[in-house]
Amino acid sequence: MDILAPVQSFLGPAWLVVWTLVKIIVIAVPLILAVAYLTFAERKIIGYMQVRIGPNRVGPLGLLQPFADVAKLLFKEIVVPSGANRYLFFIAPLLSLGPALAAWAVIPFTDTLVLSKIDAGLLYVLALSSVGVYGIILAGWASNSKYAFLGALRSAAQIVSYEIAMGFALVGVLMVANSLNLTTIVRGQEGGILHWYFLPLLPLFIVYFVAGLAETNRHPFDMAEGESEIVAGFHVEYSGVAFAVFFLAEYMNMILIAAMTATMFLGGWLAPFPFLNDLTIAGFAPLGDGFVWLAAKMAFVLLCFLWVRATFPRYRYDQIMRLGWKVFIPVTLVWIVLIGAMMQTRFAHLFH
Amino acid sequence: MSFQTATFYVFSAILILAALRVVTTRNPVHAALWLVLCFFSAAAIWLLLHAEFLAIALVLVYVGAVMVLFLFVVMMLDVNFDTLRKDFKSYIPVATIVGILVLIEMALVVIGSGAGDAPAPAAGGSESNTRELGKLLYVDYVYPFEIAAVILLVAIIAAIALAQRRRRDSKYQDPGLQVKVRPAERVRLVDVPVENKE
Repeated sequence: MDILAPVQSFLGPAWLVVWTLVKIIVIAVPLILAVAYLTFAERKIIGYMQVRIGPNRVGPLGLLQPFADVAKLLFKEIVVPSGANRYLFFIAPLLSLGPALAAWAVIPFTDTLVLSKIDAGLLYVLALSSVGVYGIILAGWASNSKYAFLGALRSAAQIVSYEIAMGFALVGVLMVANSLNLTTIVRGQEGGILHWYFLPLLPLFIVYFVAGLAETNRHPFDMAEGESEIVAGFHVEYSGVAFAVFFLAEYMNMILIAAMTATMFLGGWLAPFPFLNDLTIAGFAPLGDGFVWLAAKMAFVLLCFLWVRATFPRYRYDQIMRLGWKVFIPVTLVWIVLIGAMMQTRFAHLFH
Repeated sequence: MSFQTATFYVFSAILILAALRVVTTRNPVHAALWLVLCFFSAAAIWLLLHAEFLAIALVLVYVGAVMVLFLFVVMMLDVNFDTLRKDFKSYIPVATIVGILVLIEMALVVIGSGAGDAPAPAAGGSESNTRELGKLLYVDYVYPFEIAAVILLVAIIAAIALAQRRRRDSKYQDPGLQVKVRPAERVRLVDVPVENKE
């Protein structure tokens, strides 16, 4: 950081604020680009799964399609429904985007690359993902529309129920890792693919992934949107940029769930085989531990999200609730007790 | 004034303002949202005391779960709060007396214990806040903590048992039977011979 030293002395105490802002921008801008290309990937991948080609008109291979969509949304008129609560109507999209962005503060991208190394990182992410539901509820209520309100209620009930299963899955992770700090959790998985937590925590891993689908209102749990029943759910009255912000928040949450799954169960930035760290070219290991692996794991989890969407029909609402309360919560509880019991036996090393 | 003190005053001001709006606003949904802002500001103040576990737990439990259900109910109930608040002003004398009493009691506690001068209780050495709290709850005070938990559990089960009633006219499906269904029971393929039309 020698190059930045004069800037640092010039800014004085404001340096910390400026430097943190720079770091936030360095995380947020690629994230927004990732969202843009995730929507593109979604349309392409589902297209190929359904033997279509998908978007291919804008730019080479259709690669500029996301920007065309953004431009279209930016120029659309925002219609405020009559009888809507204006302030809350506009605050709601921001309330859903804010937590989706803020949660990235504690995600460790590599060994040292993390915005904030707080000790309760896992709890922080859980807390913020539970705050995101306000955007949805308020959007439904402030729109003054039956469909929007029904969608909001469905979504809120679903998110609150699946949060419990998700929280229990995280309890399992913190039990084996002995820490709430995400960097420490990844460090605990060192030693190759067999040491990653998805093996000792296989049921929790599956529960976390499926609960993640439900938390982000993705197929097959997208009852909050359910086109065939309630048009588009909570954001039916939103158009233009306000809708785009909801869209952004949903996809950002998907990427966040993918990052959390990769960090907690799939070894984060660690390479799947330790010997990859020894394959060096001029002192640099291109396939060693690093952001490449985290990105690859996140891409895989996101692919699974899209894959599930293209494969399964939508759940019925009572089935969603049954799955959350009567299947996932008992499964996670039993597995937590099992981990606790196993830690007292001679098999403890299998559960770290 | 250090940066920390300034932050403390900013969050305290927001907290007090939001708390005032909770009781003065007319719309119940707005009141619930102001309360959410209160919780957030309180969590921020706790963070300033390095009590990060408590702060995050406050957001997680109260903002993330309790207030969501609260909003849920308030939005669905459609209570006309204007009629409820018709005699709002007539309670002012009683409210003032109670308020002043509470204020005096709190002031007595703060002054009597000298808590105002004591240094912030946090930043407990090198160990993390979460670990320390865990030790307190699950090692030092494990029996009181577990007993409290069991009492809460009993209360929850009792509340459910009291509130639940079986309605004969409500329709529900048995998932076990649904899973057991085989296509052969539902679909009957019939072989209809083609009629010979002359």
